[in-house]
Amino acid sequence: MDDWRENQELLVMEGRIKVPYRWFAGEVGTRYFESLRDERKFLGTKCGKCGKVHHVPRRNCPDCFAECSEWVELGSSGTLETYTVVRRQHPQLAPLPLPYGYGIIRLDGADTGFLHLLHEFEEGGLATGMRVEAVFAEEREGKILDVRYFRPAKGVS
Amino acid sequence: MEPVAIVGVGMTEMRRERKADGYPDLVYEATRKALDDAGMEIGDVDNVITVSNDFFDGRTISSMAIQDACGSFDKNVSTVEGDGTFGAFYGLMRILSGSFGTTLVCAHHKGSESEMPLITNAMFDPIYERFLGVEAVTSSALQARAYMDKYGITEEQCAMVSVKNHGNAFANPVAQLPLKLTVDEVMASPYIADPIKLLDCCPISDGASAVILASAERAEKAAKKPVWVKGVAHCSDAYHLGDRDLSDVRALEEAARKAYAMAGIDDPKKQVDLVELYDAFTYMELMWLEGLGFCGRGEGGRLTASGETAMGGRLPVNASGGCLSGNPVLVAGLNRIIECVLQIRGEAGERQVEGARTAVAHGINGPCGQSHCVWVLGGEK
Ligand SMILES: [Zn+2]
Repeated sequence: MDDWRENQELLVMEGRIKVPYRWFAGEVGTRYFESLRDERKFLGTKCGKCGKVHHVPRRNCPDCFAECSEWVELGSSGTLETYTVVRRQHPQLAPLPLPYGYGIIRLDGADTGFLHLLHEFEEGGLATGMRVEAVFAEEREGKILDVRYFRPAKGVS
Repeated sequence: MEPVAIVGVGMTEMRRERKADGYPDLVYEATRKALDDAGMEIGDVDNVITVSNDFFDGRTISSMAIQDACGSFDKNVSTVEGDGTFGAFYGLMRILSGSFGTTLVCAHHKGSESEMPLITNAMFDPIYERFLGVEAVTSSALQARAYMDKYGITEEQCAMVSVKNHGNAFANPVAQLPLKLTVDEVMASPYIADPIKLLDCCPISDGASAVILASAERAEKAAKKPVWVKGVAHCSDAYHLGDRDLSDVRALEEAARKAYAMAGIDDPKKQVDLVELYDAFTYMELMWLEGLGFCGRGEGGRLTASGETAMGGRLPVNASGGCLSGNPVLVAGLNRIIECVLQIRGEAGERQVEGARTAVAHGINGPCGQSHCVWVLGGEK
């Protein structure tokens, strides 16, 4: 079947899938983002059985599979559990100029970590266990990037 | 468990861009090779499991597009969207159900046709995580840092995995990226996301693979010596990265514990002859070796530095070259199983591990090894 192949450029069909989606934040997500947007406050959900405070919030505790019964206000500073400094990234993905970081941050009052961006740090200035604080966007619309990023904590923590 | 064997295996060459082959072409090639290997015709296949991912393929219900190529016409077909080790697990269960005597499992992937970071970004939650831009490399870098900080693992120890596996790939004709490297060269490769450097990462690949599983009765008719499933299990961890201690490997430990118990393995260090594991990044080989029980927690770097996991060592790991030398996603886990089959049969050519009787194959699904599938394969029923 391939005797015609000499000097033939193999064809490629170019395309792009572009489909609008509407991901529902639900009651739990809406309350969480409303608090971030209007009051610059992080909220977690507390398990009614084991008392673990989950952040990001959710309706049920993954550990004991019971309902989270209560909202808990968390600090806007926390501890860096792990981090990376990004040197190369797909231009469509990078939300900040390179180099920026990602961290798993355990906010004060939470029992779990959550993923967010790191910025305003010196080269070599990040370390596991260090204190970081949230920098909020001036214009907030109820989404995860209402927090622009976390940076090494400046004040007394 | 009733005895079930792997009786046929087929792999295409893994390449950066297989422009002469669409998905069905790759699937047909792998399926044809597996049938020839088993001495079977398509009519001997009782049911089919396909493994694919719609986002990678750029079409919905991607499994349906390759049905002609895997010979599923007139057969019961089902699909796994996940690594090939999980697809093979489902194929095994279908034989154990008693409804089928043979299962064909085929997996395909073409990383060349889309943009990997955009696809792996889409595995993250669109409410809380996706729009931060995180994808497979940056999330893995978070895990690498957590693991290396906790146990004092060095970047040099990770680099040794790159040197070893790329070197092993020279003896594997289907491998994509055999490289003669030094630790210094790996260390000098540019950082993508600290502590992960370019030569710590698997390549983007095109490829397909197929295996044929059979009940004991049907395995008797196979052309080659059957390789038996001695134990298999999978286990999952939490989805959100912040819910996990990324330095731990509890899901893998649990999967390994169950698979070893089925296989009657109480000391894997002594009873396993070789390992094929999912080394999408170098640090993963160290972590997964620990989770699989081949050394204590935090000792993966030391074990690698000792040379025990190299060819000629006590426990060769990724004799095939591993995912670092070719990583068609989803296909990659099936390739781990296939390498173990070839080794146990004594058909691994230049990379044959002497006295390979019992082998462990391993695959992962989800970010940072969220879930793990562990297979113990052996030459004796
Ligand atoms: Zn709970």
